[in-house]
Amino acid sequence: MSAEELHPREREGVVNPAVRAATDESERGQDGRRLDHAEGSSKPIKAPPVREPQPRGAKIRGDRPIDQAEAAERFLAAPLHAAAHDERLWDLRKKRDAAAFGIPEWEELRELASQIKTHTLSHLDLYLEQFEAAAKANGVHVHWARDGAEHNRIVLGILRDHGARTIVKSKSMLTEECGFRHFMAGEGIEIIETDLGERIQQLDDEEPSHIVAPAVHKTRLDVAEVFARTLGTDPDNDDAHYLAESQRETTRPHILAADAGMTGCNFAIAETGTVVTCTNEGNADLSGNVPKLQIHSIGIEKLIPRIEHLGVFIRLLSRSALGSPITQYTSHFRKPRTGSEMHYVLVDNGRAARLGMEEFWTSLKCIRCGACMNTCPVYRRSGGLSYGATYAGPIGLIIDPTFNKRKYSTLPFSSTMNGSCTNVCPVKINIHEQIFAWRKVLAEEHQIPLLKQGMMKAAGAVLARPAAYRAAIGAADSALKVLPRFAVYNPLNTWGKKREMPDAPRQSFHAWYKENRMKDGSK
Amino acid sequence: MRIGLFVPCYVDAFEPEVGIATLELLERFGLDVHYPYDQTCCGQPMTNTGCHQEAAATEALFVKNFSGFDYVVAPSGSCVHQVREHLTAIPQTDAVRKVRETTFELVEFLHDVLKVEALPWARFPHKVAYHANCNALRGIDHARPSELNLPYFSKPLNLLKKVAGVELVNLARPDECCGFGGAFSVFEPAVSAKMGYDKVADQKRAGADYVVSADSSCLMHQKGCAERLGLPLKYIHIAQVLNGAAA
Repeated sequence: MSAEELHPREREGVVNPAVRAATDESERGQDGRRLDHAEGSSKPIKAPPVREPQPRGAKIRGDRPIDQAEAAERFLAAPLHAAAHDERLWDLRKKRDAAAFGIPEWEELRELASQIKTHTLSHLDLYLEQFEAAAKANGVHVHWARDGAEHNRIVLGILRDHGARTIVKSKSMLTEECGFRHFMAGEGIEIIETDLGERIQQLDDEEPSHIVAPAVHKTRLDVAEVFARTLGTDPDNDDAHYLAESQRETTRPHILAADAGMTGCNFAIAETGTVVTCTNEGNADLSGNVPKLQIHSIGIEKLIPRIEHLGVFIRLLSRSALGSPITQYTSHFRKPRTGSEMHYVLVDNGRAARLGMEEFWTSLKCIRCGACMNTCPVYRRSGGLSYGATYAGPIGLIIDPTFNKRKYSTLPFSSTMNGSCTNVCPVKINIHEQIFAWRKVLAEEHQIPLLKQGMMKAAGAVLARPAAYRAAIGAADSALKVLPRFAVYNPLNTWGKKREMPDAPRQSFHAWYKENRMKDGSK
Repeated sequence: MRIGLFVPCYVDAFEPEVGIATLELLERFGLDVHYPYDQTCCGQPMTNTGCHQEAAATEALFVKNFSGFDYVVAPSGSCVHQVREHLTAIPQTDAVRKVRETTFELVEFLHDVLKVEALPWARFPHKVAYHANCNALRGIDHARPSELNLPYFSKPLNLLKKVAGVELVNLARPDECCGFGGAFSVFEPAVSAKMGYDKVADQKRAGADYVVSADSSCLMHQKGCAERLGLPLKYIHIAQVLNGAAA
């Protein structure tokens, strides 16, 4: 593939011709001004005119290790999708930088947030009990779920008690963890996702590919196709406002008629028993406030001690996620409305066990902003579905193996450990160091391929013996013959398929040194 | 000052000029530079794959070779990062700790230890894009990474600015990883190569003639990508530029 084919944009002198001109009418509000709210202010990328089938995610085969590299390769084989995905997320990274650099005390805020989480997680039992007591005093029913299955059974029980058959719900990674939608489908309960991206994914029967932007791997044409197939919209109209409006129009009746509403939780405040959700579409408010029965699913790590701590996280969350100062809606749910009923389901699902893992417990600080995904050069070029797990990208690499060590044993290797993720993390999780640590754990427990471990054993044996090492690469002209294999420990020349091989040097440094600096026998 | 010169395996086999430039450059400053002849590797290939036990004997050899120097200097950020942060598969004796604490990457050694003020012999009249190797940037603090809201600094650029004729150009994504990643380049070839293609395209768009970096492995990957795309970019290690390479 030539440089021109890879970067046809160069010819036209702009970064990406798919970027709509600022004068595009569809990007303007009713007052004629260009939309500048959170997601609307991201650089709009028009779906390409050529239909390119959307690449699908990793192949799931029970507990067998996910082949992320294979799925990523398929993603990259769809260059229009790959380019749009990378551009869109890099744009979020740049907006995040601008927002973060607009706050002089940004780094102190991160430190403060990290410390609040350290404190809360190390006193989690106390804060959970305080939260439960406060919630009960507010008239909220509180349930405890050991795992995803128990969460699902509890929610089903609540629904059955009320004869409820339909739920509107806002986006929640926790319910994704629990396989909630699939479980409820089997019980004959209808669920309507109210977040636009999540609804797209639900209609396409696909998992979310990104924590914050669940359908970011899709182009507008993909969405137009999904909506045409499921909602009956015009398949050739990929205008964002038309598509968003179509979703809104078709979802509103469900919201008004639903028997129950559900949300996840961004922050749970121990002193007041409040659940706080942060959205840009107001869909958590509708899901929580319209039906007579409201249920909030809460991961136990979402606790913060007091309302005064919330401001620290609110300042960090949307700036990190989208580069906007705050989400459009920051909603506090505390008491049931008159005539309605309110439930909290507090879910462990592996969190207590993770809290006991010395090297990995700080991953529980995560506030699900997605900044690590946006900055990750591997994630941006792989698509979130290539990870075959609830959590994709850097945070996924360190959380997923706690759910299933064998299935996700490959994921910590889908990283260059460049460390950008750690630097953007608003709660200062040392993500890339945990990726490194996971590799050690997995190798020690023989959860890496035998071939790889065998190669490393062989390499270690050669590199520990100077004579053997010199025999392997010593002679000048044989270095090239040996080194790709030596350097990459791989019988197949994967290097040369995509890159030119390095030139053969006239002689190694070692040989040069011997020839030029050791004639007199010194050193 | 007695210096142990560590020439990483990639440099030894593929870029001997980088080792020679490092040796000559250190000698220009009047240092007593020794090249322990039995050296091999820092253990990084095994450690980064999680195979710490498999790296233990190599790490022990490294410490044996490099004990007894005031400083150990290597022209590679990732190898120095390995020694400083991850050489932990063997018992941490005083000798091991000493070697780990005194091992420096070339740029930081020149910048922080020697506090080099001038490089009168160096002239490089070219448009240069600097490639910040991730381990050097975020692992051993070569510069302020683009993610952090902290005062700007850059040790490699401070040094390059002392070289006559260097014209630095700015990348659109100044410190995005190039996709080499050691074994990653082999086990995840599609993503690795795409990251490399995007990186070299960025360098080309920025108007660079040369790409300079403190890590040969990233350069080798990028050079391979640029050649595959037919982009006329040249890749050279910072040791060569600082040592007065005419290019």
